Amino acid sequence: MAGGKGKIRLDWLTIFFYVALVGIGWINIYSASLSDSAAGLFDFSQIYARQLLFIILSVILIIFLLAIDAKFYERFSSIIYIISLASLLGLFLFGNNINGATSWYSFGSFGIQPSEFAKAATALALSKYVSDIQTNLSEFKYQLRSFLIIALPALFIIPQPDPGSALIYSAFIFALYREGLHFVYLLLGFFAAALFVFTLAFGVWWVTAGVILIALSIYLKNRKRRPNLLKYGTLTIACISFAFSVSYIFNNVFEQRHRDRFNIVLGKETDTKGIGYNTNQSEIAIGSGGWTGKGWTQGTQTKGNFVPEQHTDYIFSTVGEEWGFLGSIIVLTLFIGLILRILVLAERQKNQFSRVYGYSVAAILFLHIFVNIGMVTGLFPTVGIPLPFFSYGGSGLWGFTILLFIFVKLDGSNFVNS
Amino acid sequence: MRKLLLFSIVLVTGLVFSGRLFYLQVYDTSFQKLSENNAIKIIYDYPQRGYLFDRNGKLLVANQPSYDVMVIPRGVQPLDTLEFCELLKITKEGFITTLKKARVYSPRLPSVVIQQLTKEEYAYLSEKMHKYDGFYIQKRSLRDYQVKHSANVLGYIREVDERIIKRNPYYQMGEIIGVQGVESSYEEVLRGVKGVKYIQKDRFNRDIGPYKNGIFDTLPERGKDITLTIDATLQKYGEELFINKRGGIVAIEPATGEILALITAPYYDPSLLVGQERSKNFTKLWYDTIGKPLFDRGLSGEYPPGSPFKTLTALIGLQEGVIDTEEKVWCRGGYTYGRGVKLRCHHHRTPLSMKGGVAQSCNTYFCTVYRRTIEKYPSPQEGIDNWKKHLSSFGLGDFTGHDLPSGKRGLIPNSKYYNRYYEYPKYKWYATATISNAIGQGEVNLTPMQMANFTAAIANRGYFYKPHMIKEIKNIDTIPQKYTTKNTTTIDPVHFGPVVEGMFDVFNRGTAAHLQIPGIEICGKTGTAENYTKINGVRTQLTDHSVFIAFAPKDNPKIALAVFVENGYWGGRWAGRIASLMIEKYLKGEITRTDLERYVLEGSLEEEYAKPYSGEPFRINY
Repeated sequence: MAGGKGKIRLDWLTIFFYVALVGIGWINIYSASLSDSAAGLFDFSQIYARQLLFIILSVILIIFLLAIDAKFYERFSSIIYIISLASLLGLFLFGNNINGATSWYSFGSFGIQPSEFAKAATALALSKYVSDIQTNLSEFKYQLRSFLIIALPALFIIPQPDPGSALIYSAFIFALYREGLHFVYLLLGFFAAALFVFTLAFGVWWVTAGVILIALSIYLKNRKRRPNLLKYGTLTIACISFAFSVSYIFNNVFEQRHRDRFNIVLGKETDTKGIGYNTNQSEIAIGSGGWTGKGWTQGTQTKGNFVPEQHTDYIFSTVGEEWGFLGSIIVLTLFIGLILRILVLAERQKNQFSRVYGYSVAAILFLHIFVNIGMVTGLFPTVGIPLPFFSYGGSGLWGFTILLFIFVKLDGSNFVNS
Repeated sequence: MRKLLLFSIVLVTGLVFSGRLFYLQVYDTSFQKLSENNAIKIIYDYPQRGYLFDRNGKLLVANQPSYDVMVIPRGVQPLDTLEFCELLKITKEGFITTLKKARVYSPRLPSVVIQQLTKEEYAYLSEKMHKYDGFYIQKRSLRDYQVKHSANVLGYIREVDERIIKRNPYYQMGEIIGVQGVESSYEEVLRGVKGVKYIQKDRFNRDIGPYKNGIFDTLPERGKDITLTIDATLQKYGEELFINKRGGIVAIEPATGEILALITAPYYDPSLLVGQERSKNFTKLWYDTIGKPLFDRGLSGEYPPGSPFKTLTALIGLQEGVIDTEEKVWCRGGYTYGRGVKLRCHHHRTPLSMKGGVAQSCNTYFCTVYRRTIEKYPSPQEGIDNWKKHLSSFGLGDFTGHDLPSGKRGLIPNSKYYNRYYEYPKYKWYATATISNAIGQGEVNLTPMQMANFTAAIANRGYFYKPHMIKEIKNIDTIPQKYTTKNTTTIDPVHFGPVVEGMFDVFNRGTAAHLQIPGIEICGKTGTAENYTKINGVRTQLTDHSVFIAFAPKDNPKIALAVFVENGYWGGRWAGRIASLMIEKYLKGEITRTDLERYVLEGSLEEEYAKPYSGEPFRINY
């Protein structure tokens, strides 16, 4: 009990990263959304003015989050999780369709996107479950339940449809691995991803041939040890059928726009006018920045609105164009620095709940940044997820603020598990 | 291990992204260009070309508006080609080729589809043009010639081609450049500076205002007006006198080196090279390989100068001290310079001293002087080189430095030339081998411009200014320094007196006595230059060229000129008459000898020019 009521010791380095990223983010949103008709900094028809309001509200939110007793988050994690799930389900009844996705509750001119808050709720629930004394991640039963906690919100989010946000939930596997999940799950994940990409890039028949060749060579190499032929056969067939199912899903379940996105990144298509337009324009914007960029509000690509969604998902292209390589590297360093700092802090926690939660926060932030910057720089297919703290949007900013500052509070209290 | 996995992945991701950013932003510079291409549009504002005036302020060349149909290939939408071609009155095939060419040149820069529409065509087309995306009408300024003469002096303008653009990136497709005459030499002054506007575009290709608030934009600067040294009246008159003749006149004001008239014949109306008929007319002029109207004979015609060159032989002889003004030379029908070899002379009084020698154009006299000049030195090589040194000081054997884009060096041979020619030292050569130089035949070749220049130097008694066309550039006080620098010849001024007297006597009682102008003291020298050509591979001597140099008045001369009439026979017959009329026109402003004028205006040498093709015999002077 002592830790919970003790004096608060905040990690100012984490807070510095947060403030810097939110501040730089706003400066870039200002540039990306600047128009001639603006009446001033507080003209709320303007995107940058609204973002400024969201930031100010975030400060109030932070004070509130830090004021709550740290034990509250642990105790009420299940209830928060259930409320969050309910809010996701409620979308199917009361949701508002914006841009083809039913991800929003509307309150007048503002909207709330529950999937942004569900990440923090899921992280709390998972931390609670994993840190339970009975939970043993080497047992299949507990593994299954942990996966269920992660998968439920993701399953509710996919049909909104928002597969990008759902993808983020795979980040929790890093937290589970830290807590004892067998390495094979990670390996399986990586292997599946690699097979997936190879199947799309080279076609199912080449992958089949490759898998058979590799299996055969390993088998022949280990021949003297009399390997189990059945085991090898099963694995090979499993891989091949996975490749076939990927091919089937890609060609029959995916919609054309999804296929296009993958094909462009894989270099199979060079369509700069249609679906590849976003990525191409984003690359031009970033690439034209040079060493030091064109200067704030001087980006020609940004001003001409060549990059769609530039104030939200593609905000990093503004950084690249107007601040150049140096500015981009500074922002990238801030992000990497923040994640590494959280990981370091997580390892320092005296209780497992805080550690699992810290790992979850780091992994979620990482996956966001990985997918987003990968997409904006043309390394990753177009997946619509925001850049944490940077992209325009109240729900996104608050969701990440809650996610991060619960951890700051947990770290500050550093109590021992009850 | 479990503690480090995510940590490492995050770090590696950071490094990979840094690398990718470095590649995009620093290593691969093509994105800058791409960004400019789609975000910035460049609009040019063309200034008016400068006007041209003659020395008396008469407007020669002004501007007129012209309209070109332009295309920006990137903006072209599918269109009804047939209808469009009918509208523009062009063939479908031609249109498709033009469009293809434009695309090859640049998809985003404008190219010309049709140039120089008339005002009526413009009015009709401008209503319909909006239907065709990517096409528009560009207003330009074209030349409006106020005179029908002087095409060789003024030059012409034309659209730049890819070769010019490659050499000089200032120009873009569809822009105009001066290619001959003054238009070319003073292109940078006349064209002014085009204005540039950088317009920022959004992704729908709409203008969203000036790029960086217009800090890179520039305003167009009008081309500067130029006043030329030529006298439009004299220029016009000179061309009239050359009707049905070929040749040229170069008239210079000796005191300044200003070119008063530069005439080449045949000539053409400068307006022929403006408007839609331009290319047709140009082709016609270009392929006239007999008359060669685009060839400026005054500047680029290299002819044997003939007898006028004797004045220089005399001057060099006096300077070298190999003869004085009193010594008389006997002429017995020619100059014998070897066993049985004789350079023939015509009938005249004999013996003659310098004055008479010049007036009567005695070949024997000048051969004597020339031979002594060369043989004064221990070797003919030294003699020739010394002789050439004197001639070079008159601006001969090299470009005269005038400010027009064409011209030839002419030829004043030196010892190297003869050594190669006679294969020295295998064979030796002596002054007598080059004796024809004495009378302006042989190896010596001069352009009419060079002849006018040395005439001016004689008129000035020993110096000249480089001939030039530029009198004044508006708002600029100076003309190039090389035109205000005095060039002194190697001949002592005292030696000019006797030669000038001789040239004066040419009119008093010499070969041009019939060409006196009442009330004006003229000095001149006739010339009848032998010339050869190849007809069907055989070297054939043609009817002599008629040559004349003159300056007037004798004291304080106002005009020095050289006239060259191809195959005009005696120097006094055509060139002398034309020179005399030109001088009278310039100094008096009117012609008193109307019979003489009519003779020249009505005279034609077309029959003579047809001879190489008709096979009639040539008239050759011995």
